[in-house]
Formats: sequence, C-alpha cells, structure tokens
Amino acid sequence: MAKTVKLEVRDQNPLTALEEFFTKLLREGECKALLVARHLPMKHSVMPVLISDPTKVAGADPLAPVFPINAAKVVSRLTRKPLGGKVAVVLRPCEIRAFVELVKLKQGSMEEIVLVGMDCLGAYTNINYPRFAGDNGREATLKFYRNMREGKGTAWDDFDLSPACKACEHPIPEGADLSISLVGVDLDREVLLQARTARGELLLDALSLPETTEPAGRQEAVATLLSERRAYRDRMFQETSEATADLNKLTAYLANCVNCYNCRVACPVCYCKECVFVTDVFDHEPSQYLRWAQRKGILKMPTDTVFYHITRLAHMSTACIGCGQCSNACPNNVPVMELFRTIAWQTQRAFDYEAGRNLAEDPPLSVFREHEFPEVTGGKD
Amino acid sequence: MTEYDPTIIAFVCNWCTYTAADLAGTSRLTYPPNVRLIRMMCTGMVDPKYVIKAFLEGADGVLISGCHPGDCHYINGNLKARRRVKLLKEILPRFGFDGRRLRLTWIGASEGTDFAKTMRGLVDEVKSLGPNEARMQMVL
Repeated sequence: MAKTVKLEVRDQNPLTALEEFFTKLLREGECKALLVARHLPMKHSVMPVLISDPTKVAGADPLAPVFPINAAKVVSRLTRKPLGGKVAVVLRPCEIRAFVELVKLKQGSMEEIVLVGMDCLGAYTNINYPRFAGDNGREATLKFYRNMREGKGTAWDDFDLSPACKACEHPIPEGADLSISLVGVDLDREVLLQARTARGELLLDALSLPETTEPAGRQEAVATLLSERRAYRDRMFQETSEATADLNKLTAYLANCVNCYNCRVACPVCYCKECVFVTDVFDHEPSQYLRWAQRKGILKMPTDTVFYHITRLAHMSTACIGCGQCSNACPNNVPVMELFRTIAWQTQRAFDYEAGRNLAEDPPLSVFREHEFPEVTGGKD
Repeated sequence: MTEYDPTIIAFVCNWCTYTAADLAGTSRLTYPPNVRLIRMMCTGMVDPKYVIKAFLEGADGVLISGCHPGDCHYINGNLKARRRVKLLKEILPRFGFDGRRLRLTWIGASEGTDFAKTMRGLVDEVKSLGPNEARMQMVL
C-alpha cells in the first residue's frame, strides 16, 4: 500500500489546507518552484502560475472547475531544456497524460518535475466557468464541491460540465508521483495525499505529514464515477459515429468550421512548431482555385476544411488524450472533441495503445515491426 | 448509364514499384490507363495527408506500392508506410470511404508482370465499388 498522508481541513475549506501544503512543499520539499492554477488578481479567471516564493501561495486553487488551457503545454515549455532545479507541477489527470505524450515526443522531460496530480471531477468550459464563478472564484470552488457532496450534481443554470469531462474515464491521476485524492474523501475534514511513485514517496517522507489510510468508501466511489463516465462516453461514441458516418454527414458536422485552427493551437499534443496547414503548401495559386471551381462547377471557400480535420485525425489521434480543449477553443461550437475522441478510440486500439498511459510505450507511428498487420497488404508481409 | 471510368492515384517508390512499372512498359505489357503514377523516393514518405487529399479530390482508389520488406532502399520506409496505411484504414472507413479503395502492395523492381496484373486487378475492384462520392461534392 502506497504511503498516504492527510491534510487537515479547517472551516470546511480544503483550499486553505492545500495552500498550507503548497507552502510546506516550497519550504521543505526541496522544490524551487510550484506550478499551480491560481485565480488571477485582475480578473476572475484561473491560469497556471509558477510560484517560487512560499509567501505567495495564497490564491492557488487547483480545484477550480475550469482549465482554460491544457497545462501540459506549459510544462513542456518549462522542461524542453534543463530547468535548473526541481519543480512541482499540479496537474489534472488529462494534463498529466498529455505531458506523458509530449515527453515521448521529445517535447519535454520528467527529469526535474514532480507530478502532483489531483482527482478531477471535471470542469466547465471557458465560456461557462465565469457564469458559475461569479465574482468570487474561491467561494465558487467550495460551492462546486459542496454541491457534489450533497448530491446536487454539477449542473448549474442551463449548463453542465464540458462533454469531454463527462466522457472522461480517467478522473484519477494514475501517472502522477503524488496525488491529491478527493473522490470518496470527506473534504470537510481532510484531503488525502497519496504517493504513487518512489519520487512521490520521497517527497512525502521529507514533509512529515500525519499518515493515514484510504477511507473505506473511496474505491467504490471511484468505481461509480467511472461507470457513469464510461456510459456517457459510449453514448457519445455511438452518436458521433452515426453523425459522421459518411462524407455528407461529416461535412455537415464540420459545417460551422471557419478554418481558424484554434482547435490545433489549443491541442496539447499537436506539437509541430509549424503546422503544414499554415505553410506554403496551402498557399494555393489563385488560378488553382479557379480550376477547382471549374471542375466541380462550384467550390466552397475557404477550402480544405474537411481535409484539415481528417489530416489532423491521422496526425494526432493516436496521441489524443481527450482533454477537450479543442472544443473549448472552438469559436463556433463545432463538437471537435467528440469526433476526435471517437476516432482516437479506434486508432489507439488498432495499435494496442492508449495515449498517456505509460511513458515506456512508444507512440504507434514512431515504431514498426518486421511482421505485422498482414491484413493491410492482403496477407503478404 | 455507361460504366464510369475510375481514377486511381498510385504512389510508387522510385526503387522498386516505379522500376517495375518501367519494366512493364518496356516489356510491352498492357494495363488500364486509369492509374496515375506518382513517383516518390520511398513509400515511407507518403504522408497520410496525400492519401486523404487524393480521396477528397475524388480519386476512386489510392495505391501505395513499394519494395518488399527487407528490400527497402532506405532499409525500413515500407514498414513505416504499412503502419500509416493501417492507420488510414481505421480512419477513412468511418467517413464512408470503402477500405478497399486504399491498397498497399509490395512490387519489386523485377516484377513487371506482377505490376501489370496488380493494376488490372485494382482497376476491376475499384470499378465494382462505383465512384467515390467526394468527386462532385462542392463543400469539403
């Protein structure tokens, strides 16, 4: 059984307990800095901040039900070259899994990072979160957990958690060194920290916090959450498959796309410095458009919309971790995440791969074997 | 209605299948003129987007053909191509493209007869599948 310690919660406020832990981590955990989501002072929004001064931890709120960006991208920026000291990063499970993919793709390193994961109960979209939070973000976070505990669910006003979160079967941060456990834990009294790796264990040893054991109901609570999420996910796969079953349907599905490529910019695993879709390759000759139009008699502009999405599916679906930032970034409400997760589910299974699961598994398109997939070449290999 | 005339785009590698096509030509073998050959240095450089583009532009079939495993001029480009074709065969049928429209074959430099035979077989199969629905679509 992995080492489990508890942070005592006072005044029913798990956020202050976490702040105390983060302060301790910076003072005693030999971490030069901490990357954590925080309410920004000038506006009621939440963004990752890199804190080096233990007295500046106040305001940190990794539990806020929003993640405006997938912070794996930020951690990749921090670790693409030696950082010069150990940094603890507090991430959601999908952010950890995206970072695992980025490390495999040589866009970051685990070397100087301590991954602090948290149980994730989901997040609202960037558009909806401010409506939920009002002008007191921290109070809103507490309200979010209070509602969950009282069985009131996550729906608020006329919206609910983002579909990506509702379909996410990874609420537990399996890949973390240290996890902040919330599901099945009485947050009025305590927050649990669990070491998941030797690195996490070492850190907990250094912090001398009171040891405890996992509460009895936790595994069951996790199982219930997982079965709800899986049921939603499978329904989503079914509906999306039907809605995109042929080229006409797919075109209709993507009809509101304006080729802004925000989905690609927001995608944590789309790591190319320059995407082919913004290179000269797609600066078509003006006369080319005319030829295309003449061939079919009529041509929708801008061109290459469906082409872009199918190509991105081919390029990154095996690395898709399903965080839903693509849909979050879409200005026109194209259900991008639904499509990408549905296809990714199939492409990852075809290669017996699951994005973000294990650092030791090679990305499917980075390796090959001498004898495989005989069906592709009609039995000849 | 007259039988439609399919268009097949074939990405062939310089070292094996293109040479086999050349051999088929110099041997005066015949095969249907529906196949448009695009010579690549290696099948390992056929990015999935080339195949996707071909289909969205209305190609009725796409062939990728290179050296037999073990014979690749660049050691293993053909094995990388196999994974990419596997990937495309998972994705494209989801959007209504029949998986049989995309084919990967190994045809060595000396196999001119095999090349002509494969082309005849491919054209027949694609003809039986009917035209690709993307051909006349205005919105893509």
